[in-house]
Amino acid sequence: MTIYYNFAYLDEGTKKKIRRTLLKAVAIPGHQIPFASREMPLPYGWGTGGIQVTAAVIGPEDILKVIDQGSDDTTNAVSIRNFFRSTTGVRTTTSTREATLIQTRHRIPETPLHAGQILVYQVPMPEPLFKLEPRVSETIALHAMADYSLMYLKLYDQITRYGRIAIGYEYPVIVHDRYLTSPSPIPAYDVPKMHMSPALQLFGAGREKRLYAIPPYTRVIPLDFTDYPFDPVNTRQPCALCGAVESYKDEIVIDDAGNRQFICSDTDFCEHRR
Amino acid sequence: MSYRPVPILMARDLTLSFGTLCALESVSLEIYPGEVLAIVGESGSGKTTLLNTLYGVLAPGAGEVRFGENGELDRCVQTLPRQQLRHLHRSAWGYVHQNPRDALRMEITAGGNIVERLMAAGEKHYGTLREKALFWLQKVEIDPKRIDDLPTTFSGGMQQRLQIARTLISHPYLLFMDEPTSGLDVSVQAGLLDLLRNLVSEQRMAVILVTHDLAVARLLAGRIAVMQRGRIIETGVTDQVLDDPQHPYTQLLVSSVLPA
Repeated sequence: MTIYYNFAYLDEGTKKKIRRTLLKAVAIPGHQIPFASREMPLPYGWGTGGIQVTAAVIGPEDILKVIDQGSDDTTNAVSIRNFFRSTTGVRTTTSTREATLIQTRHRIPETPLHAGQILVYQVPMPEPLFKLEPRVSETIALHAMADYSLMYLKLYDQITRYGRIAIGYEYPVIVHDRYLTSPSPIPAYDVPKMHMSPALQLFGAGREKRLYAIPPYTRVIPLDFTDYPFDPVNTRQPCALCGAVESYKDEIVIDDAGNRQFICSDTDFCEHRR
Repeated sequence: MSYRPVPILMARDLTLSFGTLCALESVSLEIYPGEVLAIVGESGSGKTTLLNTLYGVLAPGAGEVRFGENGELDRCVQTLPRQQLRHLHRSAWGYVHQNPRDALRMEITAGGNIVERLMAAGEKHYGTLREKALFWLQKVEIDPKRIDDLPTTFSGGMQQRLQIARTLISHPYLLFMDEPTSGLDVSVQAGLLDLLRNLVSEQRMAVILVTHDLAVARLLAGRIAVMQRGRIIETGVTDQVLDDPQHPYTQLLVSSVLPA
């Protein structure tokens, strides 16, 4: 028996509704918009939000790249890429430069994005204040009043405890000088790439049923103190495979003696340099 | 020419019912700059309900609360947009809860608790925040070495001092206090009252103080309002009301104080 799916799996009505929500999200940069998230053929937390956004914006001419922690060949990336290849027939790629649509989990590619590209983030928790204020009604009020002292309180506490702002990933940012926004769990190291990016950045949280967006060329400013400026950490070790110093690395244990190697987390970037 | 002080807050005919229970019945009062007004009465007389209505977190069924800083009562608590009311609550007004745990963030250090209002007002320099936190810890007589300790490690009296520092750091001109010393033992109470008295006169704040303890009222308040079943039944200068009560209920209240 052959099962035929609609183009990109979702029905046209759902895709249209998601596109309408995305338009709203683009119109209010960084503001979370609720949407009717659908059941997807994979569990929550595996990228259901990102997949729905990709399904809503993908067209037959698109060239799709899917990365997970920067890598094109982990289970999650391979499965999502195959899913879209089989439900749309679009061409897929591992090249950041060639792709028109990139779905990502936890990284922004090292290769600078260019105008016309769309970056789709998988977001586990869209609300940056969630760990500080559990009431959704209250976080909505705080966003409405642009009252982000709670997040500053967290930064204050971190400097007090650790001597620096010790947020390694999901670093809180202010988008378009207005909304406090979660950049999804990308490393703090990647946050500057969001600022004034020529690419359109779309964020989908399937379980939390929220979408948000950062339009091209939008200001994205990490929260910090004037005397403790934003200062993301990255190893100074060069990549063991390609020798890159500036790229973001994974630290990998390579034998039972506990020896380690740093290699680029962005596999496409690393392969092009070798 | 006579000088007539202008109130900074005035309530007119506040009425509030919870179902069939009438919690406030046409209550009117004024607060003048720099004065301490005590609201006394037995449990259930409507003291805290009145305080919360004046503060704007309870909406009265009838009546209004007007306020203003510049000699004009040009703003109304009940019609103020939510955003402005919140701003007011976080800067120009302050509220000290009976239980400090209602106000403090127990998972954040003492210093962080103290400077939250400054960060809400836009202070983005960590060094400045630390200085202010240390300054206010000393002001409320907590050892500055405790700045990075969690409030959970503080005694009840210290937590209350911390709440006061956290509230006063924005220099409010009007402070609402709900039984600030009730949960504390007598010697700690005495120290805290002494501190409050000094801070209130030093900061030139007006204070609306809710208490069931007439001794606290006598020590801190210039004027006193006695409540019974949702009404203010007697009001006047504290010493006068307590030494020569006119209303039978006030007489009962004053005579029920246990001799020390």
